[in-house]
Amino acid sequence: MRPSKFSNFIFNRNVQGTFYQAITLSLVILGVYYIVQNTAENMMARGLASGFHFLGVESQFDIGMTLIEYSPTSTYFDAFIVGLLNTLLVAGIGIFFATIIGFAFGIMRLSSNWLIAKIAETYIEVIRNIPLLLQIFFWYFAVLRALPKPKESIAFMDSIFLNNRGLFLPNPNFSEGSSVIFYLFWITIVISIFIFIWSKRRQNRTGITFPAFYFSVALVAGVFFAALAATGFPVSFDIPELKGFNYKGGMKLIPELVALTFALSMYTAAFIAEVVRAGIMAVSKGQTEAARSVGLKEGLVLRLVIIPQALRVIVPPLTNQYLNLTKNSSLAAAIAYPDLVLVFAGTALMQTGQAIEIIGMVMGVYLFLSLFTSIIMNLFNRSMRVGER
Amino acid sequence: MNNIKIVVLGLLCSVLMLPAAYAGTLDTVKDQGFFNCGVSQGVPGFSNPDENGNWSGIDVDVCRAVSAAIFGDADKVKYVPLTAKERFTALQAGEIDVLSRNTTWTLSRDAQIGLEFAGVNFYDGQGFMVRKDSGITSAMELDGASVCTNLGTTTELNMADFFRANSMAYEPVVFEKADEVVNAYDEGRCDTYTTDKSGLAAQRTKLADPDAHMVLPETISKEPLGPVVREGDGDWADVVRWSLNAMIEAEEFGLTNSNVKTTCALTSNPVVARLCGKEGGTGAGLNLGDSWSYDIVSLVGNYGDVYEKHVGENTPVGLARAGSPNASYKNGGVLYAPPAR
Repeated sequence: MRPSKFSNFIFNRNVQGTFYQAITLSLVILGVYYIVQNTAENMMARGLASGFHFLGVESQFDIGMTLIEYSPTSTYFDAFIVGLLNTLLVAGIGIFFATIIGFAFGIMRLSSNWLIAKIAETYIEVIRNIPLLLQIFFWYFAVLRALPKPKESIAFMDSIFLNNRGLFLPNPNFSEGSSVIFYLFWITIVISIFIFIWSKRRQNRTGITFPAFYFSVALVAGVFFAALAATGFPVSFDIPELKGFNYKGGMKLIPELVALTFALSMYTAAFIAEVVRAGIMAVSKGQTEAARSVGLKEGLVLRLVIIPQALRVIVPPLTNQYLNLTKNSSLAAAIAYPDLVLVFAGTALMQTGQAIEIIGMVMGVYLFLSLFTSIIMNLFNRSMRVGER
Repeated sequence: MNNIKIVVLGLLCSVLMLPAAYAGTLDTVKDQGFFNCGVSQGVPGFSNPDENGNWSGIDVDVCRAVSAAIFGDADKVKYVPLTAKERFTALQAGEIDVLSRNTTWTLSRDAQIGLEFAGVNFYDGQGFMVRKDSGITSAMELDGASVCTNLGTTTELNMADFFRANSMAYEPVVFEKADEVVNAYDEGRCDTYTTDKSGLAAQRTKLADPDAHMVLPETISKEPLGPVVREGDGDWADVVRWSLNAMIEAEEFGLTNSNVKTTCALTSNPVVARLCGKEGGTGAGLNLGDSWSYDIVSLVGNYGDVYEKHVGENTPVGLARAGSPNASYKNGGVLYAPPAR
């Protein structure tokens, strides 16, 4: 019997494939719908408040460290921003130091000097095999225990003070007439960029090198101080003073921030060091030998030949480490650093009881931060790709 | 044909996931033979585990009383230690059936978070603890102080109110767990530690040198602490509420843990007879046996027994009851139970 058109149709692979995919998709949609519906119903049944109305309500609590103006009369949304900025601050500083320390230890571990290599290896093996939370506690309580009370502060030149409430620094106040200095500062920076471009082009054309780096530093610093002197130093320093319980005025770094960034950078650096080592070892030995044979010095071999090639291998796993550091910063809650998790998913969540909305927002922030970091690092990776010749 | 199997399985699974009928907590608890009670992670006198993992304290005894009322056995309770941050979510999610963890009764918690407060088992207020050598004698001298406290409590809001009302500056240092607050305060991170005064008395026993610290006289808030249940299950709330009330009323009528047997055998007082389960059939309305209140007093004790055993003057926590709001209304306190009839 010849197969009918209909059976042709239902036994067609494409048709069947589409059919099953459609069923799967609708099941997934049904599942999501069911979860949302069920949650909403249960929340109603248990008398739970819902919606984002709470974001506009006064928070009525204080936060220990805020980068923007904040008081108990500010809204929950302000509290969210405060927490977010504190998270970004600790992640930013952490990534900066982790990268420097990580690269240093990664290169040290490959050193031909036995002692240096062993020191780096010990550091890496010890640090990355101890849970981060323990390290955070260690640094926090180690820092606290080692530091004196406010009245017995360690003072440097009577303007910088260190005690168990934090590090107090003088805060520069630029008075009127100082804006000229900043304009000059930015102008010299732009000039330096042009000098870099020019020196690179000239070197490509003629092979003559120009000490662009030292020249730029001298230019920026020289003009800055010359301008300061010319305008008669229109800067005053707000020096911290001991008043009552503690120092007031000036800038303040709380011990929680110090301990947290310290622990996060040390921990992540150990992983970055391994990533760097792997990257450098992935560059074939011939490259080093070739670079040496054309007469480059050791430092230049590393900077001009090895690192650019190694970066192609380093950047993707390095991105992972940056993401880890950002996500790990949420352990701040354990030592009272007021980050997003402590302030918003902690205090604000407790006071409003709106777990779903708040946790949703916090997850959204971490997701966004991670995706954003990935995008930046991917762009960087693309620019590092070696053009095949 | 494998695909079809998967699809059929998927359909079956989604049918099985349909919501089961929501049985009342009391019936569920009776069926499973125990209930889950959310407690603190260790506040001496309120809810604290000993070295064998046995919990004790006045908050624990509320759960034991509920257990005695339902099962005639005070130990059909599973204790779930919770941080202040986790507690309400645990209750909402059904992980615990009663939350008895020095929780303050407030409007927003009652109305917004889906909680129902079953009464008050301790009238408290927030205070400050300082080092004796700091020379501070009043909370009004705390301008500019660093203040340690823990997350997710009314404490955070009260201290903000207090410092704002008195236009004083301060630096809040907020930890997630009570143990870390104690640790940081002990290390000198903060000038003062604030929480409910009962909590301060309890946590002081954990400090390296408890005698070097003192609690300032001011009380800056009202903190009625009590057991909490999920909103929307009135029968279960009734059981918890009346278990607590029975403990208070038993004390009002002189029925104690040590005399309950003899008194119940001899009594001619109708109120006592009802509490003894001999008259009135009070259990029926609560879906409990008539001896429920007798079991509470004989297995756990009345409010006074429990108070003196865990937080009274002869305990390390050492909170005097006379003259405090926690005294019975007959002695000038505010403890007053509606009649169990």
